[in-house]
Amino acid sequence: MRGRAASGPAPSQGTHGIPQSAIVSPELDAGRNPQWRGSGASPWHDALRRLRRNRLAMLGLLLLAGFVLAAVLAPWIAPFPYDRTNLRYGAKPPTRTHLLGTDELGRDLLTRILYGARISFAVGILATLVSLTIGVTYGSIAGSMGGRVDHLMMRVVDILYGLPFMFFVIILMVIFGRNILNLFIALGAVQWLTMARIVRGQVLSLRAREFVLSAQAIGASPTRLLVRHVLLNALGPIVVYATLTVPAVMLEEAFLSFLGLGVQPPMASWGSLASEGAAAMETYPWLILFPGLALTVTLLSLNFVGDGLRDALDPQVTSGR
Amino acid sequence: MLGYILRRVTGFFPVLFVIVSLSFFMMRLAPGGPFDQERALPEQVRANIEARYHLDEPLWRQYLRYLGDVAQGDLGPSFRYPDRSVNELLNLGFPVSLTLGLCALGVALTLGGTAGVLAGLRRNGLVDYLTMSFALGGVSVPNFVLGPILMLIFALGLGWLPVAGWGSWRHLILPSITLGTFYADYIARLTRAGMLEVIGQDFIRTARAKGLREATVVLRHALPGAILPVVTYLGPASAAVLTGSVVVETIFSIPGIGRYFVSSALNRDYTMVLGTGVFYSVLLLLFNLIVDVLYAYLDPRVQVR
Repeated sequence: MRGRAASGPAPSQGTHGIPQSAIVSPELDAGRNPQWRGSGASPWHDALRRLRRNRLAMLGLLLLAGFVLAAVLAPWIAPFPYDRTNLRYGAKPPTRTHLLGTDELGRDLLTRILYGARISFAVGILATLVSLTIGVTYGSIAGSMGGRVDHLMMRVVDILYGLPFMFFVIILMVIFGRNILNLFIALGAVQWLTMARIVRGQVLSLRAREFVLSAQAIGASPTRLLVRHVLLNALGPIVVYATLTVPAVMLEEAFLSFLGLGVQPPMASWGSLASEGAAAMETYPWLILFPGLALTVTLLSLNFVGDGLRDALDPQVTSGR
Repeated sequence: MLGYILRRVTGFFPVLFVIVSLSFFMMRLAPGGPFDQERALPEQVRANIEARYHLDEPLWRQYLRYLGDVAQGDLGPSFRYPDRSVNELLNLGFPVSLTLGLCALGVALTLGGTAGVLAGLRRNGLVDYLTMSFALGGVSVPNFVLGPILMLIFALGLGWLPVAGWGSWRHLILPSITLGTFYADYIARLTRAGMLEVIGQDFIRTARAKGLREATVVLRHALPGAILPVVTYLGPASAAVLTGSVVVETIFSIPGIGRYFVSSALNRDYTMVLGTGVFYSVLLLLFNLIVDVLYAYLDPRVQVR
């Protein structure tokens, strides 16, 4: 399967009047990765096609889209107000009016899960953005400076790697109060290490490539060099790792909320719902089952999508971290 | 090798210094203290309490005092359990947490290692497909969901195992599985990847050509090379097991350090939270060092300098 002859029919959106061979080097890993077809107009189109072919990733994407939509629309589609209690109708198993049952205060579990999704997704996305910002900045500074500075900065990352992070998040939450904004920041603040390493590695290797050197020779400013030529080309690994950060952060939020250190009542996230459920599971098992299921399916989908993206964007990396 | 270890250990001190200082000041800057209550304490009582814990001294004096105490291995009195020192509480909890952690790592290594080897041997076979989907599924079930569900099935439903608590080996089974499964999945993936890399190499073909039994080829020749990535993962894994054990100890009412940590965090018992953090940091630094040394021992190509 080597070379241009191997390319299948070019997709309609894939031709912009540019000879394909000019963009996609036929030698690019053709031997190492049998999935490589090298026929797209750009690496992004190619990646997209590879992603589309990955059934698990597509399934994950579909499920996620459903969950996110449900979370966004929660105020309109939820059958009950999320904090309406009905003590006479407390802790009932699923019925036709309460599809997933009610909790001990008679609150509708489906509604609670829908609202919990808002918190869980918000934390997942925002904390990932925080970690992305810190990691990319730190990594590109270390990578561009090189030498001593780079060595020192990476040494700091190494040291931080060896520390028990959740403890620092817990300490941060204890100190600055258990509100949701602190939760984003605390979680993001401890999740940037791997991102910094990845970005730094990419910057180091791309910086020495010919196209960057030639841009430099033309007189591009250092900022333009970094953003336009280096970071843009490192986008693949960055996107992949950010996607994999989302489930990690969501899991951590749930973990904190489970311990009572995250989202505070009457707000609910999937973690705090699971915590309430675990306390009452002996008599009302559905209270742990449904929030747990929602969380598990979401994390699984995110992992499918993340793995799919990695295979699509970054063919050199084998799965199995 | 000895020089390397010594140098690494000396390197711990600045790290610990930074950790202790940072967490100390963050704690003291926090609004509200452990003795804030609904009803204001009489002036004299408050002054007495503050004098006892040296909270009336200027901040820098408190800081120096704390540094000195920590350097001597004394983590101070607990704010919430007035007659106990943090050291006593850690001494009480640590053997429990250690037992749980080691059992969980054991579960993770056995389960993950076996699954990974089997999957790697039959690439794209049924076993490979099953174990890898299982692994992906396992990574996605949070331990605080898995724990209660296991408890529901095996303790409350079938009555095979005790529901919670600590004491006999039977109490260990459910918590270890809960804690270990997540890492078993990662380890399975790592072993599989390592196996795939090793199994195609010449020395394996030679071993087979010599007529060795398949079991010998796999266990003696392929496995040591294949588990190298797993060894590097042990450092982060142990950190995660420590953290995970916070939740598992809470779920199964196990009297380990993790439970103290959570209750002290909820009660703003600063010395206890700080002490636990410092203790865990030391533990992890040591563990990472052990892993690095072990790695150099397993892979002769690695030179420690």
